[in-house]
Amino acid sequence: MDIREKIDVPVMADLAAGGEQPEYLFWVGCAGAFDDRYKKVTKAFASILNHLGTSYAVLGTEESCTGDPARRAGNEMLFQMQALQLIELFASYGIKKIITICPHCYNVFKNEYSDLGGNYQVISYIHFLDQAISEGRLKPDLTKYANVRITYHDPCYLARANDICEPPRNILRMLSGHLIEMERNRHFALCCGAGGGQMFKEAEKGDKEIFIERTEEALKTEPEIIATACPFCMVMLTDGIKYKNREENVKNYDIAELIAFALNN
Amino acid sequence: MVSSFIFSLLLILAVWLFTKNVNRISRNIKLGKKQRINDQKKRRWRLMAWVAIGQSKMTSRPISAILHIFVYVGFIVINIEMLEIMIDGIFGTHRILSFLGSLYPVLISIFEILAVLVILACVIFLVRRNLLRLWRFRGRELTAWPRSDANIILFTEILLMSSILVMNAADGLLQARGGAHYAATGTFLVSDLMQPWFAGMSDSALVNLERTSWWFHIIGVLIFLNYIPYSKHFHIFLSFPNVFYSKLDPLGKMINMPSITNEVKMMLDPSSAETIVTEEEDIGQFGAKDATDLTWKHLMDAYTCTECGRCTSSCPASITGKKLSPRKVVMDVRDRIEEIGKHIRKSGQDSTNGETLLDRITDEELWACTTCNACVQECPVNIDPLAIILELRRYQVMEQAAAPGEINATFSNIENNGAPWQFSNEDRLQWTAGK
Repeated sequence: MDIREKIDVPVMADLAAGGEQPEYLFWVGCAGAFDDRYKKVTKAFASILNHLGTSYAVLGTEESCTGDPARRAGNEMLFQMQALQLIELFASYGIKKIITICPHCYNVFKNEYSDLGGNYQVISYIHFLDQAISEGRLKPDLTKYANVRITYHDPCYLARANDICEPPRNILRMLSGHLIEMERNRHFALCCGAGGGQMFKEAEKGDKEIFIERTEEALKTEPEIIATACPFCMVMLTDGIKYKNREENVKNYDIAELIAFALNN
Repeated sequence: MVSSFIFSLLLILAVWLFTKNVNRISRNIKLGKKQRINDQKKRRWRLMAWVAIGQSKMTSRPISAILHIFVYVGFIVINIEMLEIMIDGIFGTHRILSFLGSLYPVLISIFEILAVLVILACVIFLVRRNLLRLWRFRGRELTAWPRSDANIILFTEILLMSSILVMNAADGLLQARGGAHYAATGTFLVSDLMQPWFAGMSDSALVNLERTSWWFHIIGVLIFLNYIPYSKHFHIFLSFPNVFYSKLDPLGKMINMPSITNEVKMMLDPSSAETIVTEEEDIGQFGAKDATDLTWKHLMDAYTCTECGRCTSSCPASITGKKLSPRKVVMDVRDRIEEIGKHIRKSGQDSTNGETLLDRITDEELWACTTCNACVQECPVNIDPLAIILELRRYQVMEQAAAPGEINATFSNIENNGAPWQFSNEDRLQWTAGK
């Protein structure tokens, strides 16, 4: 699948104008829309949705921040303003199922919006992909990464926060016979350093950057690919790989990209 | 007779003092804000059985888990012998449980084996703390008192267990010699091996040794009982309720602030203001600046903490040399609520020269947290340091507007552009373009 080409993505407002209602809202998130690296992941996942013929739409220019970074940084007021506006927007489109690529958006929709009256079936793209593969609807080329050494970095908001540890591993083990675990993994994985608002500020003073500590741990597994499932983890680990001058032989890919690359149209 | 009287008096005094101290802690915990936790009882009992009684979360570090199991099982099982000691002490009997017949030496032998395992575990714990000096026992929050506290506990347990073994060895020798008060009860596995050490002693010297060990053990236990409420060792009681009342939601879920929802609804739709205002009279302060602004559960967390440092040794900020240490946050809360409690008892009011919890926990610590939940995941007794950090952040941001500059910029980006970065919403579909 070539994800460099322009792709057609259905937009909620356009569908609504034609009286159509898709099954899923595909929630892109700020990094998915604005971060140059993660835009490619968004595109990869959307291309998989198109490939599967999924009934979905994005909000496009109507999308706004979930409020999660504000909440974690202590600004409950701003969080609730964002949340209540989005809940209203979702209601106007009759949205019931949301697919997210960002674990932070996933967490806030799944666990926190219900306190404010927003009840949805929230699906992490990792679950979605794992299910599509196990049901045989999605058939990536299993030879492409069969001999590639891959290690997986657990995003905190998937593994610890929401107990999603095995679905990403199911996918990666299917793609590669060489999935190597880092010393700290699953519920005990080390954070990349970006959560809780750290993404948007300089780190506090210390002996070392967290992303370097984690990248060094990942590099100990001598991977060719460090797989991630979170835009902020990706920023951190990509920086880490650059800092360690290993970008020549170690790549950082999101699980959605690995699958998209391995799809033969 | 006299000894029975003295013993009973000591026992009553010790229990009275202990009750008083437990009440002090209970009062301090109740200084926290109200929070109703009475849902899903069945699930809570199961959680307590698994995490507190079953110590399931200890296993992530196998060495300390096994050693701790020795001490834990030893503590619980050897308490059956405490029952015997107490009855003997009050009625002047000799080994009252020996009516169990041939089962009795088996029981005592099990206690003795456990006593040896407890001693072994405590010695290794002392070595890990004082000689190997493991990283997690060296944090800056482990000042003189917490370090001494840990060593006092370990030494005391070694002494208490040793005195049981010496007592049994002397008792066994006296039984073999047909001592008047020492009816034969059968052989005890471990102390039997120690008997040669004391075999040269006269009968009266042995009686003295046996009595001294007996009194040493029981007085030691009663003193230790009253030391515990001043010590991190209080976890032996609070671990169970603390796990029972711990969070059942996914770790990622933050506590909601319903008081803010009304304010926000008014801002978004002023026409609804009238109907909502009447529902909510006193909004109060947002977040926490002092220990009394936290809920009773957070304060129970603080009293349950045994300062093991698993949280800190898994915290990404602590590991990379930042000031933040989740263990310190929890210890600060406990020290602060102790201080407030003391002040209330003395002066009847809770103001302490305008000092707050935020004088102990600095901004640099608060803003180093990545909210990764590693500390929460690690805690063997389900303490939630992250919830405390987030309540303090809420106060700093919403009451003090004291967020770091970059975080304030992020807030205004979210407010103005609907994203934490300065991008225009019009560009939200650019990712679909070809390259």
